[in-house]
Amino acid sequence: MKSLVPVATVIAAIFAIWTLSVVPMNIHLTADLAQRQDIPVTPDTPQARQDVGAFALALRNPDIWGMTYVLDRPNLPSPHQVGAELYTSVFTVEPTSRRSLVYHAWVTLSATLLGFAIGAGAGILLAVGIVYNRAMDKSVMPWAIISQTIPILALAPMVIVIMGSMGIQGLLPKAIISAYLSFFPVVVGMVKGLRSPDAMQLDLLRTYSASGSQGFWKLRLPSSMPYLFASLKIGISASLVGAIVGELPTGARAGFGARMLVGDQYGQPLVTWAALFGAAITAALLVALLSMIERGTLRRMGMGAAA
Amino acid sequence: MTEPTITASGLNLTFRTNDGPVHALRDVNLDIAKGEFVSFIGPSGCGKTTFLRCIAGLETPSDGQLSVNGMTPDEARQARAYGYVFQAAGLYPWRTIGGNIRLPLEIMGFARSDQAERVARVLEMVELSGFEHKYPWQLSGGMQQRASIARALAFDADILLMDEPFGALDEIVRDRLNEQLLELWARTEKTIAFVTHSIPEAVYLSTKIVVMSPRPGRITDVIDSPLPKERPLDIRDSQQFIEVAHRVREGLRAGHVDA
Repeated sequence: MKSLVPVATVIAAIFAIWTLSVVPMNIHLTADLAQRQDIPVTPDTPQARQDVGAFALALRNPDIWGMTYVLDRPNLPSPHQVGAELYTSVFTVEPTSRRSLVYHAWVTLSATLLGFAIGAGAGILLAVGIVYNRAMDKSVMPWAIISQTIPILALAPMVIVIMGSMGIQGLLPKAIISAYLSFFPVVVGMVKGLRSPDAMQLDLLRTYSASGSQGFWKLRLPSSMPYLFASLKIGISASLVGAIVGELPTGARAGFGARMLVGDQYGQPLVTWAALFGAAITAALLVALLSMIERGTLRRMGMGAAA
Repeated sequence: MTEPTITASGLNLTFRTNDGPVHALRDVNLDIAKGEFVSFIGPSGCGKTTFLRCIAGLETPSDGQLSVNGMTPDEARQARAYGYVFQAAGLYPWRTIGGNIRLPLEIMGFARSDQAERVARVLEMVELSGFEHKYPWQLSGGMQQRASIARALAFDADILLMDEPFGALDEIVRDRLNEQLLELWARTEKTIAFVTHSIPEAVYLSTKIVVMSPRPGRITDVIDSPLPKERPLDIRDSQQFIEVAHRVREGLRAGHVDA
């Protein structure tokens, strides 16, 4: 509970900066709107106002600050607008409706979880191969690194199009993109974890004439657990990003990515922002869930104090 | 003297490094009889640990003969001839003390009921009964090292190879563990090969002290201890003890001069 004060301070600071930024971000839009409603603003022509900076314009028109917080299509929505949009789209519509953010969350989440399962599974298998096979160590790792230098935005449409031409649509292409992003941290973490036993511990097993598989199950795999969980937490948030990016190029009609796109294209910033926050909250929940599993697992392994 | 358990003759080991070959062991000849307590003492790089690792089959000599219980080191390991205790306890943090001691038993395929009985027996030997279900982090460093000795005893090897097992512990704990180790040795009649940096430790524990010197690693003196088998801690103040310690020190100094 001691950490409550610093955490609350940081959150309060973020909201304060956000709230203060709303005025200058929206002041030009608000001035135009106010003029149409015959509220005096200075300068009094849109052309003249274009030449004035946002802060200067805000300082010269303190009367219309309040209006900047309630625009229908703001450049930057205020926190309470985003909160209200989140509330209505989550709690006031049926979860099965296309207007429900819960519905879109589930669409993205299902691709995320499938992608994460594929990515984490592939990552663990690759790591085992890299640790036990010298040829794989030399050949796979460079490619795994190169794979992460390709911008996912360039790759995602190709995956969608190629898989689409093979007749595969919907969940799987998104899951593949999501897996592509999540396997890498798992490979890196797991290789490090499987190699974490020191020479002495390996020598000890040699004195028992232990087989390779005994060494894996009794020493290397348990040693790697703390590393595995650290990389799974990175991997699952990368998975979510992958699933969202996978929704962008197809003009998908459902999912967080689709909502962000719709908000952008139809001038509904609140929809975009609500989807953005929905995605962030989903990612936080996924990471929190993994942390809980991590704590439980390590405690059961007797390493609760170490973690 | 009974039949030798460990025999080394003309043993050489050269490591290839970037700075050229390093003679870790040169012309090592030594017999260790069954039931002896042999200490290897010398400065860093004298090959004492390397020699122990050769006995365990963890290093392969470049040439010479080495037999353990009449077998090659590799065969001896397969036959569970020895238990090895390292400088660090190296207990698995995810296993209880009992679980750690069961590790070699699981790997070697002992029956479950047998495992439980053995764990209880060796825990009693190292005076850790009641700690079976504790995790390593709940034990002090000395207790952890005792648990690692119990782990090496669990499968009834008749040789115990110990590589500076108490090197990382403070002197008070070390004295107590030395006493316990002697009791254990008297009870079990194991053959013990013990690597150490400490002259008092070597003299107090051993029936035979092997003094080694570096570059190249070789044996400079082998001292058969005249001390009685019963050794209370205060034997270290006796004239005999001081004489043996003196001879060990001389041997170490001689090795340094011509190195």
